[in-house]
Amino acid sequence: MAKFKGAVEVNKDRCKGCNLCVVACPLKVLELSKQVNAKGYRYAQMANEDACIGCASCGIVCPDGCISVYKVTLN
Amino acid sequence: MTKEDIIKEENLVYKKPTLLNDKTMHYCPGCSHGVVHKLIAEVIEEMGLQDKAIGISPVGCAVFAYKYIDIDWQEAAHGRAPAMATAIKRLLPDRLVFTYQGDGDLAAIGTAETIHACNRGENIVVIFINNAIYGMTGGQMAPTTLEGMKTSTCPYGRDVTLNGYHLPITNLIAQLEGARYVTRQSVHTAAAVRNAKKAIRKAFENAMEPVKKGASFVEIVSTCNSGWKMSPEDANKWMTENMFKAYPIGDLKNN
Repeated sequence: MAKFKGAVEVNKDRCKGCNLCVVACPLKVLELSKQVNAKGYRYAQMANEDACIGCASCGIVCPDGCISVYKVTLN
Repeated sequence: MTKEDIIKEENLVYKKPTLLNDKTMHYCPGCSHGVVHKLIAEVIEEMGLQDKAIGISPVGCAVFAYKYIDIDWQEAAHGRAPAMATAIKRLLPDRLVFTYQGDGDLAAIGTAETIHACNRGENIVVIFINNAIYGMTGGQMAPTTLEGMKTSTCPYGRDVTLNGYHLPITNLIAQLEGARYVTRQSVHTAAAVRNAKKAIRKAFENAMEPVKKGASFVEIVSTCNSGWKMSPEDANKWMTENMFKAYPIGDLKNN
């Protein structure tokens, strides 16, 4: 079992659906939503919450700064 | 443990720097400009230079850079950012003065200013976004366009007999005595972004040294997915396959 557990919070209104975070995630946690935001873009969301380890790769590559990453260490 | 249990202030490991404000950027989805803006904001925030940084924004897609990073900015005429940065740095030597320019601005109309400012060894930072195309005006051929690359003004590919070769201006800058730190980075993966951030930090640290030792020049090989007519993902792939051959990543000079 992973030692870390993470969670990703996406600013849906700011996201432009470029898909770069989905590609950058090493554990395939993220996907683009079926719904669109106010601007008409499909926004990024967590599809596989359990797999996230909070590595922040998604946030680092995000061109629009929409992603906040949280991480806890498991005992 | 659910997502709600993890999303708490004390567990935060990454977020947008506060210096990058909440205005939605006008850049196309997946544009490298956003990442570089974020890196500049992060580095300035980490160095605590919010009140000392002065950016010179160019003409090109990044013309509105002053809207997004909450520091002092000055808009320059097309290509003249290094000349303006020279003036500001000489009048206010304790400030961090940097220019943020694209390839059309820096390597075409502003070639003279760029080369002479670096050759004079001005204590400034030049951040150069090279996407090999004029993005803002509709994807025309730039001096940095690769041989054979299709743009709206060379739809059959850049023909060297007619248009000459791509201009590796960073290599020219590295030859100059006045340039102190010349590097080429990219922002297509998390690892590349981290390296680019280190390069920008080093350049900013150089520019804050009180003794004038020379200009710092950071090229970021970037994508223009709209201009290249690709998805952001494909543009990154195309960049690694084609752009990196003409513009190899790494430090060219580090004194």
